[in-house]
Amino acid sequence: MFAQFMPDRDPVTPVQHLAPDGTLTDGVVASMSDEEALDALRWMMLTRIFDTKAMSLQRQGRFGTFSQVTGQEATIVGSASALDPAIDWVVPQYRELPALLRQGLPLEQFMLYFMGNPAGGQIPEGVNVLPIQISLAAQIPQAVGLAWGLQLQQTGGVVVVYFGDGASSEGDFHEACNLAGVLKAPVVFMLSNNGWAISTPRHKQSRAKNLAARAPGYGFPGVVVDGNDVLGVHSVTSAAVARARAGDGPTLIEAITYRMGPHNTADDPTRYVSEGDLAAWRPLDPIERVQRYLAARGRWDDTIRARIEGELAREVDRALAVARAAPAPNAAQIFEHVYVDPPATLCRQRGARLESLA
Amino acid sequence: MSGAAETVATSSAAATTMTMTMTMIEAIRDALTLAMERDERVIVLGEDVGVLGGVFRATDGLQQRFGDKRVVDTPLAEGAIIGAAIGLAVSGLIPVPELQFLGFGHQAFHQIGQQVARFRFRSQGRHGMPITIRSPFGGGVRTPELHSDAFEALYAHCPGLKVVMPANAYDAKGLLLAAIRDPDPVLFLEPLRGYRLISGEVPTDDYTVALGLSNVVRVGDDVTLIAYSAAVQLCIKAADVLAEHHGVSAHVLDLRSIVPLDVDGLVAAVERTGRAVVVHEAPRTAGFGAELVATIQREAFYSLQAPVERVTAPDTPYPLGGIEDLYVPQVDDVVRGVLATLER
Repeated sequence: MFAQFMPDRDPVTPVQHLAPDGTLTDGVVASMSDEEALDALRWMMLTRIFDTKAMSLQRQGRFGTFSQVTGQEATIVGSASALDPAIDWVVPQYRELPALLRQGLPLEQFMLYFMGNPAGGQIPEGVNVLPIQISLAAQIPQAVGLAWGLQLQQTGGVVVVYFGDGASSEGDFHEACNLAGVLKAPVVFMLSNNGWAISTPRHKQSRAKNLAARAPGYGFPGVVVDGNDVLGVHSVTSAAVARARAGDGPTLIEAITYRMGPHNTADDPTRYVSEGDLAAWRPLDPIERVQRYLAARGRWDDTIRARIEGELAREVDRALAVARAAPAPNAAQIFEHVYVDPPATLCRQRGARLESLA
Repeated sequence: MSGAAETVATSSAAATTMTMTMTMIEAIRDALTLAMERDERVIVLGEDVGVLGGVFRATDGLQQRFGDKRVVDTPLAEGAIIGAAIGLAVSGLIPVPELQFLGFGHQAFHQIGQQVARFRFRSQGRHGMPITIRSPFGGGVRTPELHSDAFEALYAHCPGLKVVMPANAYDAKGLLLAAIRDPDPVLFLEPLRGYRLISGEVPTDDYTVALGLSNVVRVGDDVTLIAYSAAVQLCIKAADVLAEHHGVSAHVLDLRSIVPLDVDGLVAAVERTGRAVVVHEAPRTAGFGAELVATIQREAFYSLQAPVERVTAPDTPYPLGGIEDLYVPQVDDVVRGVLATLER
């Protein structure tokens, strides 16, 4: 009946550079050197080791509620690897640990935050990341404003903002995309489509077959990429970053991946995720894929694996020791950094609270 | 923080500066112009603020003067306007976003109350939010439905945010300049009915009025009227009627901001007369008047000779224009409130 603007009939075939067996797609030149791919692999493995360790600590009551990255490492690391941490920014949601680390956030800082210590919210000067966002999609217009500000001040910087398929149903996502299109803001919208918003499956978030297909509606391109393929994600993000840096505006990247763990440590996915789905995704593991790729190129074997796993485990332990050694938070911190010049009423409340606890 | 002086004595302007008669809207525009002239990081954004100069002309001429990179017409999306202002602030700019009417602030409430207000806190001081959100609010000019509500109490309940509510042209300019230069976020609420109705002598120079200092606008002995924004004019008129027809001498305190609240000024004003009437045009329950009454009973209890009275709108939605004068407190309502207090 209508000839114009019909919805996609089917999901598009995602861009893929690295097949699950670790071979390069025909005709594709790897967008990363072997050194860069090894570096990306290290961030991915560090995250996986951290996830396992932190989950165990959480079960012992020594770590707070947090969300694992497991299964989605290539989406996060591939995209973050396209950035220059000196001038570019990462605006996270909460499941992007390796992107934050690559930008320069100390791991112990991230740990402190999830241990409930306010000091964990402090991002060191010069590390270009915004605080973790718990209120889904609220970070997206903020990222657009940041990109706009970088553009106005001609810093050459680009912003990558992360969110999921669930957050893409929020008004903030749509308002932000629309504003970014109008401004041609240097921002990359990184939609990690991991299949789930807690227990709500992707097909209940949107009737659209491709979430990236929304982009043309806002006046900029969208692309769907295999989110478990670090080279593919790196390649499309690099192109999007180049576009943004050149003044050509935003891009929406939908990375198709899968959340292999729970939503967070408080969740019980056995109530809604089928073992069949997990079994189908397990062979697509993003870390093993890079390892197969590098092994075929003579850059990966069990000796290297053992060495790197040892180094990464020690790094996680070191950060944990630093976080544990941090001074315990205290009541005065309730009142710090609320205002530069706190109202007299607040000063009185602070005095009364500290006195009552003395 | 010192108490309220009995004259306007909180200005940084020299006593000899030139003044001009300005309406509130002219004073606001003058402040925006000065702020943009003096600091090139200041940018104005919002719906219709550029070419049109704002639906009330608060930003009239700014885009011609400062260009469309600094005075920006945005898409119609309040949440994105405030969200983007956060990012602009992170990038080092000083955004002055406009919400066209506070009634539409709900569409941005999550970005204001949850994000702007606590960004400094969440980032442990790394990212302050030197954002001033300007918004007209309140009734009295027969706006269409959903434009006129006085929602200041919602925002006063968001720690990290300041809520500034000028009542006259002099304060509008000085408080707005202070707000834009404040390192923390300010919601700057402008009484739309006073934009052109309220005018006064305003220095043409740059000056600020400190945030958090109330101002005694009428000295009296029998009862203290406490208000902010357009309700201050209402109280002054009521004080005239009380003096002329009832032999009552009313003291009138203009709070100028509800966050920070000048508790010392409030207490001094109440202790002077021992009777207090709080006036606002927002609905009564959980209105900011409740906070004022609680503060008065705690801090000035032994000076009180009568229960504190509230003159407010009823707990109903703001009605259509044909009956808004029957809803928003009028001079007679304030006079009645005062007489009731005096009879207790």
